[in-house]
Amino acid sequence: MSKIVNRKPLTFWERLYLPAILGGLRVTFKHAYSTLIQRKVVTMEYPEQKWTLPANYRGAPYLVKDQEGNTKCVSCQLCEFVCPPKAIKIIPPGPAGRLADRTNAEKMPQEFEINMLRCIYCGFCQEVCPEEAIFLQNDYSITGLSREEFIYNKEKLLSLGGVSPGIQKWKHKLEEAQAQENFPVKV
Amino acid sequence: MNPSFIIFSLIKLVVVIGAVLTLVAYSVLAERKISAWIQDRVGPNRVAPPFVRYLPVIGPLLTRLGVFQPMADGLKAFLKEDFMPAGVRKTYFWLAPAIVMIPALMTLAVIPFGSQLGAQKMVLADLNVGILYTFGIVSLGVYGIVLAGYAANSKYPFLGGIRSSAQMISYELSMGMSVIPVLMIVGNLNLGRIIGWQAEQGWLVFYAPVSFFIFLVAAFAETNRLPFDLPEAETELVGGYHTEYSSMKFALFFLAEYSNMVASSAMMVTLFFGGWTLPFWGLDHPATTLGLGVAHILVFVVKMLAFMVLFIWVRWMFPRFRYDQLMDLGWRRFLPLALVNILVTAIWMWLKTT
Repeated sequence: MSKIVNRKPLTFWERLYLPAILGGLRVTFKHAYSTLIQRKVVTMEYPEQKWTLPANYRGAPYLVKDQEGNTKCVSCQLCEFVCPPKAIKIIPPGPAGRLADRTNAEKMPQEFEINMLRCIYCGFCQEVCPEEAIFLQNDYSITGLSREEFIYNKEKLLSLGGVSPGIQKWKHKLEEAQAQENFPVKV
Repeated sequence: MNPSFIIFSLIKLVVVIGAVLTLVAYSVLAERKISAWIQDRVGPNRVAPPFVRYLPVIGPLLTRLGVFQPMADGLKAFLKEDFMPAGVRKTYFWLAPAIVMIPALMTLAVIPFGSQLGAQKMVLADLNVGILYTFGIVSLGVYGIVLAGYAANSKYPFLGGIRSSAQMISYELSMGMSVIPVLMIVGNLNLGRIIGWQAEQGWLVFYAPVSFFIFLVAAFAETNRLPFDLPEAETELVGGYHTEYSSMKFALFFLAEYSNMVASSAMMVTLFFGGWTLPFWGLDHPATTLGLGVAHILVFVVKMLAFMVLFIWVRWMFPRFRYDQLMDLGWRRFLPLALVNILVTAIWMWLKTT
């Protein structure tokens, strides 16, 4: 089915182009005036100005400590296992390795590396972690001068991650165990 | 020829060429800034040499204005790889940028950019046939573009070259025709005399507005600026005649476009807007003191900059003409209009004398 569009022949003024030119000059001048004089600029000048990120933003994953400054990670390697781009590499302490820095934890990682060049910010590690020890945080601009710089080790991840005021599973376990010890307290 | 003439001419030459090249570099910046403002953007506002950071207020201000951007652009152009595609005709490929650039600068030789400094006339060559010289030189500019399109041995540049040859030759006709009423009214081809006439009797734009209009539009076409930038036409021909060029050779094409803008702005100011004169503050006589001489040069530069801004402004508001529209406008509108304009001026002058 064809639709016939009536194209009106241009009027004399339209064929002169001049009104159109003046209209164009007016529009462009208005835009220049609003940017230059009224300062209605929409550009966000990035390194100086930054976005306010939403609370659930998924940036780079970092390790967190609990309120008492203990490493939460217990080196279970679930995140290493689930990581789709294989960005996480964990070296467990081994049978004779250093013990965890808090009581009632079985172990803590000897080394924990995340290759930020491989990481895809999927958040699987955060989701799978039984200890709530790794979180996707607000960092979106990971920069460096060499590939080696992008492999973040445990120390760096912990210092960047900060403190998470989440549950302290092992503290509660400890309290429970102590309660078991002195079970018949109140007679 | 006495030695002082040679020395002063050389000094003027160096100063004018230096000033024009600086102006060209900064008109590129103006182009970027004005386009940014028109499009609600900020424009170049970051580049600065390291020491500028330590200047208290001026430093950040200059940086925001992008004053140092042209230096970075120039440096970049020099450091880029000068790539020569396989199969180009090497001699012409090398020659074309120079052939585009040289006429653009040569046009400036006859422009009187001021009255006098001391005993020196502020014009490089005070030719009696100034306008003829300009048109002769301007028409050489097309060869560089055609040559670039031919030498690159590639389809897009070739199309760009062909387009430019047709376009520039068509619009040169209207341009030449549009100036004839001016010459008839003034009765002299010397640009200095034309300015002197305007100082006495008023600016020629009021005597020959149609001439000015045709000249303005033809100047846009001659400089390949946006309503008529078919030889470049990024959206259709990638880069037109300079698609295959890189590094400093490309920069030469780029600079030539802006030098052409400077030259045609200067021509319009000289022919229609009284050159270095202003009808008030006693600026309409050749300068007797150094201060007045400098004031004349400033008046000329300000008038010229106004036209440069117009060139840039129009570029960012107008879509490109279609090729047939371009030809139609050149041959079937402006050429007859220019001829009628000559006739009407002649009749008017005849009526005035009888």
